[in-house]
Amino acid sequence: MAGQDEGPAGETPGSGQTHSLPGATFLPFGFAIGVALILIGVVVSWPVFWIGCAVAVLFGLLWVADVVRGGRLPAPRPRPAHDDDDGERFGRDKFLEMSTLGIGALIGGAVTAPVVGFAIAPTFIGQGDDDVDLGPIENYPEGEFRVVTFMSKPEQGQVSTRTVFIRNNGFADGTPSFTIISNRCVHLGCPTQPGGPTSADEAVEVETSSGTVRLIPTLPASFVCPCHGGSYDIEGNRTAGPPVRALDRYTFKIADGNLVLGERYSVGTVEGTGASARIAAYDVYDPGQHVDGPTQWMYPLTPNMGR
Amino acid sequence: MGAPYRRRHARRRQAEAAMLAPVNWVEERSGLVGGIRYFLFRNVPSDISWAQTLGSAALTAFIVQAVTGVILAMYYKPDPDKAYESIQFITNELTWGWLVRGMHRWGASVFIILLFLHMGRVFLFGAYKYPRELNWLIGVGLLALGMLEGFTGYLLPWDQTSYWATVVGINIQASGPFVGPFLANVLRGGAEIGSETLARFYAIHMLLIPGGLIGLIGLHLYLVMRLGVTSPPWSRKAAGRKRDPEAETRRQGLVEPRSRRGWRSGR
Ligand code: HEM
Repeated sequence: MAGQDEGPAGETPGSGQTHSLPGATFLPFGFAIGVALILIGVVVSWPVFWIGCAVAVLFGLLWVADVVRGGRLPAPRPRPAHDDDDGERFGRDKFLEMSTLGIGALIGGAVTAPVVGFAIAPTFIGQGDDDVDLGPIENYPEGEFRVVTFMSKPEQGQVSTRTVFIRNNGFADGTPSFTIISNRCVHLGCPTQPGGPTSADEAVEVETSSGTVRLIPTLPASFVCPCHGGSYDIEGNRTAGPPVRALDRYTFKIADGNLVLGERYSVGTVEGTGASARIAAYDVYDPGQHVDGPTQWMYPLTPNMGR
Repeated sequence: MGAPYRRRHARRRQAEAAMLAPVNWVEERSGLVGGIRYFLFRNVPSDISWAQTLGSAALTAFIVQAVTGVILAMYYKPDPDKAYESIQFITNELTWGWLVRGMHRWGASVFIILLFLHMGRVFLFGAYKYPRELNWLIGVGLLALGMLEGFTGYLLPWDQTSYWATVVGINIQASGPFVGPFLANVLRGGAEIGSETLARFYAIHMLLIPGGLIGLIGLHLYLVMRLGVTSPPWSRKAAGRKRDPEAETRRQGLVEPRSRRGWRSGR
């Protein structure tokens, strides 16, 4: 069977022409149908998924077998007889060849290590939020929203500017309660705006240990995103448009009478309001990523380590 | 009357020889001149048209981007506090800065448009078929890198449009299943767009991707040279090498309808 596919050209020495035309076969179509069933099954029903797996594996194997057995791949060339080796099983040239390749691989590895360690790994490690001092809690009257703008990493400057919506909920069981909602739309990350009057001329600027914090009173009935029309109620639940979950929130603590912002976390839905709200909280995810429902399985791992 | 003419002729030959001397010097030591002639003065099918110049047009657009990009890099500062100002300085203060920046900015769109036109011509002419499939695949790589070049370059002016467009763009690809979130962190240089992101995009935009593009363009042109340019589909002349008749028979059936053969042989 070797050489069965080489035409007359194969007999002329030196004309190394090989043809790799695919033959006429229905097997790839079977494979494609299997893959289609898998995709449909993921959405519609698991039995269809497993049937798709079976079909794809079956036709895939048959296809591979067909390609290999049918001689569609060029037949391996017979190894040339060693006419130049005079009894040496592992000649000097072979040794030099192998050591050149080996040293080359070592050097290549030595170059790859810093690429991975220096350009890629740091982007996953230590990605937590720093605490931010948002000033005395007296600036946050009970039951009112404030649009609060601050620098999340003052040493990075303007680029770390973030905005949150903060509402003082009063006390729940004797401990202070704040609702702190990130303004970043969870569709694709544009800044949402309060849907209601915002009094920019009543803005207050507070100097804190984290730099200047700016508070603007607002009376939102909703939060709306200018980019693609995502809308949320005042607890951050999605009410319309493309977002896939509720707006992200922040943890907080009170230190020396100041409100201190903690870490951002993602939210599925919020039931109830204010201090009595029940929040379905998750690790922080980027906008556009589902945290609940079947589609959450598309994001099994979050890349942010060491928070 | 004959003598002065012959003398002038001889003088001219002398001048020519003097001019060619350096070229010959290089050729004798490298064979490069012959190589370049071999590359530039290939035979092409006699019935090709302007459509086949789109690839060269894309190449020209790429060279314009490379040259203007190098000049912009002399004045641009990839620092979050200075990037916007340096762009304003290039546009409003520097002599002809507006021109070079304009060429780079509009040329970027021209390059992408030419890529699509070139790809369309290859597709409509069926020029992606055997034995040029590999060149189509290399072309897909070129298109992807070209679009990435546009995406990374868009952030560099560091104004509101570019910032928010990049936020949205990175989040789109972060929502890709499984690997999306990881690719997003690598692109941003962390969990959020921060002080690292601009320099990172700059390095990707001016070093990483152009390097890849140059390498792939080299491969692409090597294959164009090796395989030749396809005749148009309406051509009466068959292009390329003769096929293995056995393989041709196997192509009947699902892959190639029988009637195609008659059409192909010019009936
Ligand atoms: C930087 C981008 C590119 C450059 C500089 C480039 C350049 C060229 C040149 C100069 C040719 C010679 C024939 C002609 O001009 O039509 C060519 C042919 C070809 N290109 Fe491109 N190209 C690029 C991108 C692409 C893309 C995006 C595709 C498709 C996905 C593609 C697929 C092909 C194919 C299949 C041929 C062979 C056509 C034939 O032999 O008739 N190229 N390319």
